Amino acid sequence: MSGYFWQFVGISTALKVLLLPAHFSTDFEVHRNWLAITHSLPMNRWYVDTVSEWTLDYPPFFAYFEWLLSQMAKYVDPKMLVLSNLKYASPETVYFQKISVIVTDLVYVLGVRSCLAALGVAKNTQQHITGCLLMLLNVGLIFVDHIHFQYNGFLFGLLLLSLSALLKQRYLWSAFIFAVLLNFKHIFLYMAPAFAVYLLKFYCLNKNGNQFALSVGKLLTVGLTPFVLSFGPFWRQLPQVISRLFPFKRGLTHAYWAPNIWALYNTADKLAVLALKRTPPNTMSSTSSGLVQEVKHIVLPNITPETTFLLTLVFMLPILMKLFLTKTRDQARLLMMRAVVLCACSSFVFGWHVHEKAILMCLIPLSLLAVVDRRDAKYAFILSVAGYFSLLPLLFELDLLVPRYALYLTYVAMLYSQLDRIYKPKLKFQLVEFIYFVGFLTIPLYEHVFSRLFGVHERLPFMPLLLTSLYCSLGVLYFFVRYYIYVLDITWPIWPAKRRTPQVKFSAAKRKRKTK
Amino acid sequence: MLSELAATALLALSLRSIISLNAYSGYNKPPMFGDYEAQRHWQEVTVNLDVKEWYTNGTHNDLQYWGLDYPPLTAYHSYLVGLAAKSHNASFVELHSSRGVESREHKSFMRLTVLVADVLIYLPAIWILSAAIDRTFQSNIKQVLLLLLALYPGQVLIDNGHFQYNNISLGLAAIAIAAILCDKNFLAAFMFTLALNYKQMELYHALPFFSYLLGTTLSHKSFKSFATQLTAIATIVLTVFAILWLPWLHSIDAASQVLHRLFPLGRGVFEDKVANVWCSINVIFKLKKYFLNHQMALICLGTTLITVLPTNIILFWRRSKPMFLLTLFNTSAAFFLFSFQVHEKTILLVALPAICLFQWWPSEMLWFLEVSVFSMIPLLRRDHLLVPSAAATVLFHIVFKSDYFKDNKEQILENKLLNMTIIISEILMIFIVIGFIAIKPSARYPDIWPLIISVVSCAHIFLFLVWGYVKQIMQCNRKLNDKVE
Repeated sequence: MSGYFWQFVGISTALKVLLLPAHFSTDFEVHRNWLAITHSLPMNRWYVDTVSEWTLDYPPFFAYFEWLLSQMAKYVDPKMLVLSNLKYASPETVYFQKISVIVTDLVYVLGVRSCLAALGVAKNTQQHITGCLLMLLNVGLIFVDHIHFQYNGFLFGLLLLSLSALLKQRYLWSAFIFAVLLNFKHIFLYMAPAFAVYLLKFYCLNKNGNQFALSVGKLLTVGLTPFVLSFGPFWRQLPQVISRLFPFKRGLTHAYWAPNIWALYNTADKLAVLALKRTPPNTMSSTSSGLVQEVKHIVLPNITPETTFLLTLVFMLPILMKLFLTKTRDQARLLMMRAVVLCACSSFVFGWHVHEKAILMCLIPLSLLAVVDRRDAKYAFILSVAGYFSLLPLLFELDLLVPRYALYLTYVAMLYSQLDRIYKPKLKFQLVEFIYFVGFLTIPLYEHVFSRLFGVHERLPFMPLLLTSLYCSLGVLYFFVRYYIYVLDITWPIWPAKRRTPQVKFSAAKRKRKTK
Repeated sequence: MLSELAATALLALSLRSIISLNAYSGYNKPPMFGDYEAQRHWQEVTVNLDVKEWYTNGTHNDLQYWGLDYPPLTAYHSYLVGLAAKSHNASFVELHSSRGVESREHKSFMRLTVLVADVLIYLPAIWILSAAIDRTFQSNIKQVLLLLLALYPGQVLIDNGHFQYNNISLGLAAIAIAAILCDKNFLAAFMFTLALNYKQMELYHALPFFSYLLGTTLSHKSFKSFATQLTAIATIVLTVFAILWLPWLHSIDAASQVLHRLFPLGRGVFEDKVANVWCSINVIFKLKKYFLNHQMALICLGTTLITVLPTNIILFWRRSKPMFLLTLFNTSAAFFLFSFQVHEKTILLVALPAICLFQWWPSEMLWFLEVSVFSMIPLLRRDHLLVPSAAATVLFHIVFKSDYFKDNKEQILENKLLNMTIIISEILMIFIVIGFIAIKPSARYPDIWPLIISVVSCAHIFLFLVWGYVKQIMQCNRKLNDKVE
């Protein structure tokens, strides 16, 4: 049975090829423009050019990557590399760009393979098969990369490679890959605290004085080299590059609110406006106007970027503390994965201008955890239902409606049946959770049936989006709280022992035994 | 497990909806367009004209432009879809002026109607069929069979890509087969009559149903139960026919006009290159030079009967459920090879019984299913569906050759000769497809590649027919021996 891994890779590639004719989003034009920028401009103009509104806002490694692609693109269709050719999408261009995503997904495939091995999932077990299926046929990546258009596959591949190197105790290698990843897409900075704490604790601190300094030195050298390589050529215009990478002028929430706490906050503000009958001072910048604009709350206090950062950091601290206090590497293995999930989730829930796609940063490591531990599996299922659903508005074209629901439902059904194969007795969901799952039916029903029956779809065009992000945010927050409590509880060294409730003690002890 | 079956059914829907994103037949090819326009035109005709005018030439119904040539159930279905189109956007089906409508909105609408037929008829039907086979033969094969039916690229590419509604007639036929397997003969007769009234090509499946049902009724010991059974089945069939054909039964002329539309002798023995015997013989022996059209029709009828009758007579005398499926395969293959006016897509009618035989001969049947897709390659290329066809076939191949399913396929015997033959044939097919794409034919033989594909597929299908006969006769002998012992 050992051949199944590459057979799954074949199946997933065939599926991606089938999706070639699917409609893509503006992100396709964004990346085409980057091909044109890197190909036709000198390096010192890359981060300055404003011919297209889709300016280069990824770190330099990604720009180099686009340059590399453009070297091949010129043999396919040189017209796609012309800067002024805005919205150029000849069949050759579409095929070239989409196939480049499929090919670079190979990095992801390698990442999945080595991460499953590093987590100690033996080949030819149901766990391994499930892990491969969930990762290789991940519907979120299919939506975002192969329909919507982005290069997340290979970036997540780097993340998984870095994680697996960490778990295999190849610390410098891990730090290096992670630093490279940061220079491809800086959103992964949100996971950096977990990596930093783990490396500090298990690479630097378990050595004596002299060696400690040496290891810190090595780590810094290895970790900073990619930054030097990447930003070096741009050092004269560093402020310009940084301002492109961190555009704080964008608002608290994206046009379609990512399902996080700010979605609830915005809604509360709207409701308060309605309740207090206060007229908005300036309707142009109202939050649901659908444009990427700065948001002004009317009743509730305004949120500044500083607040969001503070909140994110505060909510990362407990898990980082726990990771730091973990004694042995064995205990820290799964905890590190969970810390990555929780750091990503903290930033997703509280972050500034979060995109709905960022939920993948929680879902992908969590899918790996789902095949390892029963309770992780349960939470992974809850977040998958809400998280992948929240990606559906990305695929809004008329002829993508059936594929998006069908693929989503297929994946959820597959997830359920695969987890069912691993865990006996079955995973049990509480009544609230079950009601929450069923409740998802109301959103498509409202969007495609009721709103049209009652003729409100023209008056309230953003209502389905609002409902989606609100309803999904409930699930994401529920997951965040429950999962955080579960992860902290598990081998928390201080307070479960002090607590008098026997139930907690019992379950903690039981779990401890299991992990040993 | 229910959730796995549900995941498979949803996967089927995903695949169909993804194939729907591609171009359809006759896209941007005025003045005649293709099957997509044919289906749309039938909606236009049925919605706007009186029932009696549907099949007759008139000022508003030019039969030269995609005149209705399927039985009444198709017409009623077109009417229903046409009503939906009218209520959604009346310009889709406006008389005359809607010809050649090609907007993204209309494409989405049309694709959606096929997906609705998939959800309402085809997916439940294949679920029922795989459950019925699983139950009848106690084979624990439900999951694999459903996946096989769900992923079979031929049907998906034709219905959701090229654009047709074979899913309805095949779905009805699948329920009829399932009903036979579960000994629900009345239901089988009912469903099969519906299928036959959706597409007359279901005649390919008719003889095995007839001989099986006749055999069962004759096996009743008392004359009374025999008579009641026979009258019941006859009543069901005739009533369904009568109800569906009611608008045209007022005069013999009207009914014969419909029949004439369904069996157009004038259109010749074959139109495009098709993987049957006549098209292959035509390479060296130009049939049209030597035979008139009606002579050719008689030759077709004769050869078809000669090849079809023995297998059905065997079924009649040695009636068993595996034998029924085998006969279904043989009969439809023989019809495909020898009958008059065969289209490439009719191979789907042979593919359905082939899938039903999967549990006994998995390697052979997978091979056949791949040959069936191969035989449609020229058609798929014309519709710009080559890339999805290749991807869907590779996906299908990997899924069923994958080791993941090996433990479900204990019956596979390590037959080296067979495996070698299959591999050689697959490599041959792959090279032909590559040649078809890469090498431009010379001006003297513009159709050389479709012809090669047709002849090679025809040889394969012919061998499969011979194989089917051999298996059937072997089954008979085994039965006889069992009885002797």
